[in-house]
Amino acid sequence: LSHLRASVGTLYLSATHSIFVEDNPETRKETWVLHSMVNSVEMPSNSPAGSQLILRCKDFRVLQILIPQERDCLDIHASLVRLSRPGVFKYSELYCLSFNPNVNKEEREESWSFIDLMSDYRRMGVPNNLWVMTAANSEYRVCDTYPSELFVPKSAAPTIITGSSRFRSRGRFPVLSYFHQDTLAAVCRCSQPLSGFSGRCQEDEMMLQAVMRSNPGSDFIYVVDTRPKLNAMANRAAGKGYENEDHYTNIKLQFIGIENIHVMRSSQQKIIDVGEMRSPSMTDFLWGLENSGWLKHIKAILDAGVFIARAVADEGISVLVHCSDGWDRTTQACSVASLLLDPYYRTIRGLMVLIEKDWISFGHKFSHRYAHLDGDPKEVSPVMDQFLECVWQLSEQFPCAFEFNERFLLTIHTHVYSCQYGTFLGNSQRERKELRLPERTHSVWSQLWKDRVDFRNPLFKADLSQSQRVLRPNTTPYCFKMWKGLYSHIDKSMPPCQSPADFLSAMREESQQLEEEIAALTGRPIVWEKTEVLKRRTTHLQQRHLGPDPPTSYIQPITGHGQAVALKQANQMALNKEPNLYLPTECHSKLKDHDPDDCSTCSDRESGVADLRSRSSSGGDYAKDPDWE
Amino acid sequence: MEFAELIKTPRVDGVVLHRPFMPTVEGTLCLTGHHLILSSRQDNTEELWLLHSNIDSIEKRFVGSLGSIIVKCKDLRVIQLDIPGMEECLNIASSIEALSTLDSVSLMYPFFYRPMFEVIEDGWNSFLPEDAFKDLESMTDEWRLSEVNKDFSVCPSYPALVAVPKDVNDDTLRKVATFRHSGRFPILSYYHKKNGMVMMRAGQPLTGTNGRRCKEDEKLINATLRPGKRGYIIDTRTINVAQQAKARGGGFESEANYPQWRRIHKAIERANILQESLIKLVEACNDQSHSMDRWLSKLEASNWQTHVKEILTTACLAAQCIDREGASVLVHGTDGTDSTLQVTSLAQIILDPACRTIRGFQSLVEREWLQAGHPFQQRCAQSAYSNSKPRQEAPVFLLFLDCVWQILRQFPCSFEFSESLLVLLFEHAYASQFGTFLGNSAAERTKLSLPEKTVSLWSWVNRPQELERLTNPLYEANSLVIWPSVAPQSLLLWEGVFLRWNRSSKCLDEAYEEMVHIIEYNKELQNKVNSLRRQLAQELQKER
Repeated sequence: LSHLRASVGTLYLSATHSIFVEDNPETRKETWVLHSMVNSVEMPSNSPAGSQLILRCKDFRVLQILIPQERDCLDIHASLVRLSRPGVFKYSELYCLSFNPNVNKEEREESWSFIDLMSDYRRMGVPNNLWVMTAANSEYRVCDTYPSELFVPKSAAPTIITGSSRFRSRGRFPVLSYFHQDTLAAVCRCSQPLSGFSGRCQEDEMMLQAVMRSNPGSDFIYVVDTRPKLNAMANRAAGKGYENEDHYTNIKLQFIGIENIHVMRSSQQKIIDVGEMRSPSMTDFLWGLENSGWLKHIKAILDAGVFIARAVADEGISVLVHCSDGWDRTTQACSVASLLLDPYYRTIRGLMVLIEKDWISFGHKFSHRYAHLDGDPKEVSPVMDQFLECVWQLSEQFPCAFEFNERFLLTIHTHVYSCQYGTFLGNSQRERKELRLPERTHSVWSQLWKDRVDFRNPLFKADLSQSQRVLRPNTTPYCFKMWKGLYSHIDKSMPPCQSPADFLSAMREESQQLEEEIAALTGRPIVWEKTEVLKRRTTHLQQRHLGPDPPTSYIQPITGHGQAVALKQANQMALNKEPNLYLPTECHSKLKDHDPDDCSTCSDRESGVADLRSRSSSGGDYAKDPDWE
Repeated sequence: MEFAELIKTPRVDGVVLHRPFMPTVEGTLCLTGHHLILSSRQDNTEELWLLHSNIDSIEKRFVGSLGSIIVKCKDLRVIQLDIPGMEECLNIASSIEALSTLDSVSLMYPFFYRPMFEVIEDGWNSFLPEDAFKDLESMTDEWRLSEVNKDFSVCPSYPALVAVPKDVNDDTLRKVATFRHSGRFPILSYYHKKNGMVMMRAGQPLTGTNGRRCKEDEKLINATLRPGKRGYIIDTRTINVAQQAKARGGGFESEANYPQWRRIHKAIERANILQESLIKLVEACNDQSHSMDRWLSKLEASNWQTHVKEILTTACLAAQCIDREGASVLVHGTDGTDSTLQVTSLAQIILDPACRTIRGFQSLVEREWLQAGHPFQQRCAQSAYSNSKPRQEAPVFLLFLDCVWQILRQFPCSFEFSESLLVLLFEHAYASQFGTFLGNSAAERTKLSLPEKTVSLWSWVNRPQELERLTNPLYEANSLVIWPSVAPQSLLLWEGVFLRWNRSSKCLDEAYEEMVHIIEYNKELQNKVNSLRRQLAQELQKER
């Protein structure tokens, strides 16, 4: 609590949220925390001022709450523990089943058809005379974790498909993930072959041959095994493994070295700890960053994507990607490659389509990986977090290439964990069908589309992505940064930084209004009301003044004389004076409740800005309305 | 001495130039007294003009009869020249070596450079101490401009005119000067208009092991305190280092003799450690084969970011004492010419919006670095690639610029200038056609007659076309104090300098252009709307 700002207010518990309302009559700032976003509730030993609760959220926010009465605290603790942990395999307790955003049945159904994968396949030019849709997996007969609609090489007969599927982990046979129209090369995905040390399967060999033949003019394909070679070899002892280059004609095997989900889970815990460090030294921080290994893993995933994209776009060679089961690392590698290859996936709608295709439809195990239910903790792993971070790292290198901003990525991240919408629930298409999610829950995509104004990157240049279709990122280590937006919440106790992006967005919006006004003025209808519009929008622009708020104490490291002690005492006094409930400001809610009525008060970003707006110096030139009236 | 003596081979044909992220150029290499020039025969290719003084070190490599010279520049750029012919290559290499290490200041390029542009305002007269004092006089009458140092005899590293408390006479100043390192008696650095508090700077007091005191020194700094108020002395050294300084005749202000002052020790490192840090950092940045682990551990081991954090933290502390505690501050380290200046100048950027304008920043550099006697010539003689043993070299000014960049990045709308100005100052501090950064003090500059014999960098900068390039399109005056975050997560590697030559800037440039475009377009629309409205209003009036 020491160096974070605290505030006093009232805590409410509802069936779905914890709501904290500040007493400060001017702001009445509200912080909403969805119970399903709570990762853990801790109750450390009591302090003299009352009992403490520490809420750790799945989006890595940490809330500390000080409650004067111990009894109250115990009650709240017990309730929160129960509310944030649905029983094993009880989907029915999940928030999305009770979440009702006030839309009618038609709108809900529409929300589910907002993203249409078939039209994306058509967009990339399949089916065609090389790739066709197969009915092999209708009713999930061949592979229960694949979708029912799949694209395979035209020359792959049903017997080859079923034969190949028997030779692959979980029956995940090679299928099309992305078709590159410019070169006719394709990105395909599957799981590892059940080869052991010497096993082979004629149908599988024919299947790979068919993949190669679907790319006319090429005489080999790359098989990208995204695992470290050692892991892949170890799998052979278990009757699995990787393709033997002697058995398959015309393949080139490439290992990438992305670590498994267990390594990633512990790595992420370490980088979260780095983000939570209280006033670390530069050495602590950089050492922690290195020790976590996190950026190394992000780089490995991006490198996998770059390898695939290069093979497809520059060499015109098709790539078959797999790892062990083909639903984690394979998904990451394929989706990053698609993002590099195709500008469409760098738009707001395109990213939704990409996630729907490579992640949701191909059976990435969302419910297991993001602990929607109280399941096996060994199944949990930040696979999607890493993908979103890869996108963010790319957007830092290519500021004009993405239609969406960081906020969009963070919002998707939140909803992967929140269980507020049915989109990310379940582990496969089949499971979602059985749960009848489209009938019982809402899809997040149409909601995000409605809010798209918030997610727009003002620097996006659509024409640029036409001329520069394939992104070629630099993956030298110094090009990677810690994703502060996700992992560093400490810093939010500092005054929020001025955001040029928000400022430019506001300016873009203003320009649009000005264009309208010019049209109106030259067309000469009544113009008096327009002037008011001008005044109102100046408040948007003032965001860039975000000046200073209270200085943090820069003097912590001093030993000896005076000052630090004095300030600490002041903090302590403030603590003692206010008996109620403390909340560090870092925890203002990122969660936006989508009930439109509530939105106005609880959306945090604006509130952080709002109280500064009142302090900022002047409106600047933009406030100067022509004073001819 | 004639430069021609040093140039063994003035011209070689068929030389190939390699630069990262740029196509190779083949052409003719020429050496002149001050430049290395490579130009291709084609009309449209860019020529390379490199000042010899910008060359930090060179390496030679031979494959058969093809020689290569790798030229490492003080601005951190590395280029390679392939020169056909062993003898030519050796000649060129030894010529460059001789020309880039000329000892005499008067042979430097600024003395030969004639401006190719129209000087609108002579930069040598743009920021005179007497003008700065006029601004101060308009705010307070508690200070006076003393001429005690007019012949630079009291303090060789101070300018001729310094601001001191009104009630302290020149005799007292002379006495105090004997008690402070290099005669650097406490003088005014900054006056905080908001509450009348001041920041002063000085050299360390020469207390020595037996605790010498100087009543006049106590009187001088106490004269800046309001009745009943306390001040802070910020010693940029750790208490241990300050203790050790006593053995060499230095020291710090004891509580007993300065009861109205609280002393705070910080840990800004000394020159040679900073230089080592720069060399390690640049080495890490230039090796692209590093794995992630190796890169992060090398970045950490260089300690550069630690220095940035420590300097910024100290500056924030000084600013906090003045603005939040309402106390006056005295800053010093050992000499008062390095860490002291980093702290006093950064504190002003935090506190004073004027220092965040283009002109105000120039004025700050002039006041707090050039006139304050930062020994530029010694500190910037060599950069990160030097093979020779460092003597006085240290990236003190570069660290200051890095810290300014960190604040600018956190408050991208509060600075009138963009990163380009900081990069420009870095380049010119190390090698320049202008005389501004020559010499180590005002006294030396006067002796060299720089204002008469050379052109000022400010004359170049303060022209419309150059100003436009340096202006931050996002700027909007912010009259407030800005408090930067000094958390490690908030401090980034300054890519614009350290990765400048190691990556393509194409996409970032595009983003910048797009940003400018959005803002320009908006302005255009604003103007159009306003004129349309005015037109409409006139018409309405006519109708009435």
